[in-house]
Amino acid sequence: MSDRPPPALSRQSRFSIAQILLPVMVGCIFVGAWHAAVKASGSDIFPTPWQVCLGLGELAQQGLLLKYIVASLFRVSWGFGLAVLVGVPLGLVLGWFKLAFTALNPFIQILRPISPIAWIPVAILWFGVKDSAPIFLIFLASVFPITVSAMAAVQNMQQVYLRAAQNFGLSGLLLFRRVILPAALPQIITGIRIALGVAWLVVVAAEMIAVNSGLGYLIIDARNAGKRYDLVVAGMVMIGLIGLVLDLVVRRLEKFDEVRWGYGQR
Amino acid sequence: MDNADMENSPVISVRDTWMSFPGKTADQPVHVLERVNCEVQPGEFVCLVGPSGCGKSTLLNIVGGFLNETRGEVRVEGAPVSGPDPARIFVFQENGVFPWLTVEQNIGFGLLGRPAAERAERVAHYIQMVSLTGFEKSYPRELSGGMRQRVEIARALAADARVLYMDEPFGALDFLTRLKMRADLIRIWQAEKKTILFVTHDIEEAVQLADRVLVMTKRPATIAEEVRIDLPRPRDLDSPGYLEARDHIFSIMGIDARGGGATA
Repeated sequence: MSDRPPPALSRQSRFSIAQILLPVMVGCIFVGAWHAAVKASGSDIFPTPWQVCLGLGELAQQGLLLKYIVASLFRVSWGFGLAVLVGVPLGLVLGWFKLAFTALNPFIQILRPISPIAWIPVAILWFGVKDSAPIFLIFLASVFPITVSAMAAVQNMQQVYLRAAQNFGLSGLLLFRRVILPAALPQIITGIRIALGVAWLVVVAAEMIAVNSGLGYLIIDARNAGKRYDLVVAGMVMIGLIGLVLDLVVRRLEKFDEVRWGYGQR
Repeated sequence: MDNADMENSPVISVRDTWMSFPGKTADQPVHVLERVNCEVQPGEFVCLVGPSGCGKSTLLNIVGGFLNETRGEVRVEGAPVSGPDPARIFVFQENGVFPWLTVEQNIGFGLLGRPAAERAERVAHYIQMVSLTGFEKSYPRELSGGMRQRVEIARALAADARVLYMDEPFGALDFLTRLKMRADLIRIWQAEKKTILFVTHDIEEAVQLADRVLVMTKRPATIAEEVRIDLPRPRDLDSPGYLEARDHIFSIMGIDARGGGATA
């Protein structure tokens, strides 16, 4: 990747000062307004930004911050990873084989709109208060966006690629690997990106109820054990930051030459 | 296929071929082709022209093995067509170059079974032939429309296709690029001695390229007339012979349009 500079870079760098300065300014205004609002209201429960920073420091010192982040990321990795392993092949098969689509699609479309939160009681019943419960919930939340995007990608694939491949004598697994999968990949990556966002939303909710570690647990525990809202907001800040990093990581996948054709002029 | 008298028998032979598609109702099929007869000889460059929507592409798709005729006999290289074949490569109007592969990967696509050295050599040869030297590692999105169409032609040639089916391959290009592509195609065709069946709605294009132009009627289409273009190449677009052939085809299609209007 590094031997060829992406052509968009030069245009981007011209705006880099504004690109950094503007968000920083908005951030400063937000933090300032937050501080002023807490002071003006005289609240001694809701923290100022500085108290949140102190809370983060406290958590870091106790070793809880890292431990909880690792716990949450561990669950997301498993649940999301399994969803990719199941969702991509399943979606490709459903997109290609009409009979499989006819048989399974209605079932998927009924399961899909059920919020993963609604599965929490079922997950606890099946898995108990263990890591496997949130992993199951994350899997459920992320497998549908991935399956559906892979399925749609194959169904909407440009027929000309398929015909060209058949003209060169490709069929079976070779056709799948060399043409159908690469043709579907840009849309699959978009589905993966959506799924990871959902997975990160769901892990927090699942940890509030089904386990006793992780960033979701931190938030609910800090509230229940002494109304420590500085720690509640500290947890929220960490969730936001890690979510941002995860999205940036997946976005990098869209920059690969093999899939960039699928995203228009960006 | 390795029959010795293949030399003299036609590469493509379409006999009394009919084609209809299911219409809005089952008992009202849409008749596209009616009693089509034509032949293409080895090494010949034949253009199919006709009013748009008349079924030229349908006929090409039948010969190419992507559609099955309703009735008739379509033989290519001595055998009935049973599907697409790597020895006969289609070049698509909408460009069938794979956007996830580089230029050289695309051109080498039909050579996967060959040894790496042979593959590299053929790819290099055809990259040069279609004037894409320096773009080996480029992706299709980085190329112009004309360059992408040249990649597709090179991909077919590199795979050693004996026959090229071209479905309005230059239809989406601008005027000047189209002129250049026609000259390039003739140069490549003369060097490679392929058989080419080329669909276009552009009569000028057909007269510039073809040994023989098959003029189709409007739907349900049949071959109205076969016009032999015995002009030396490169063709002078102002020569009396060129203009005569062009105007003759115009008149065939014009008469057809008037006849159609009178019966409607």
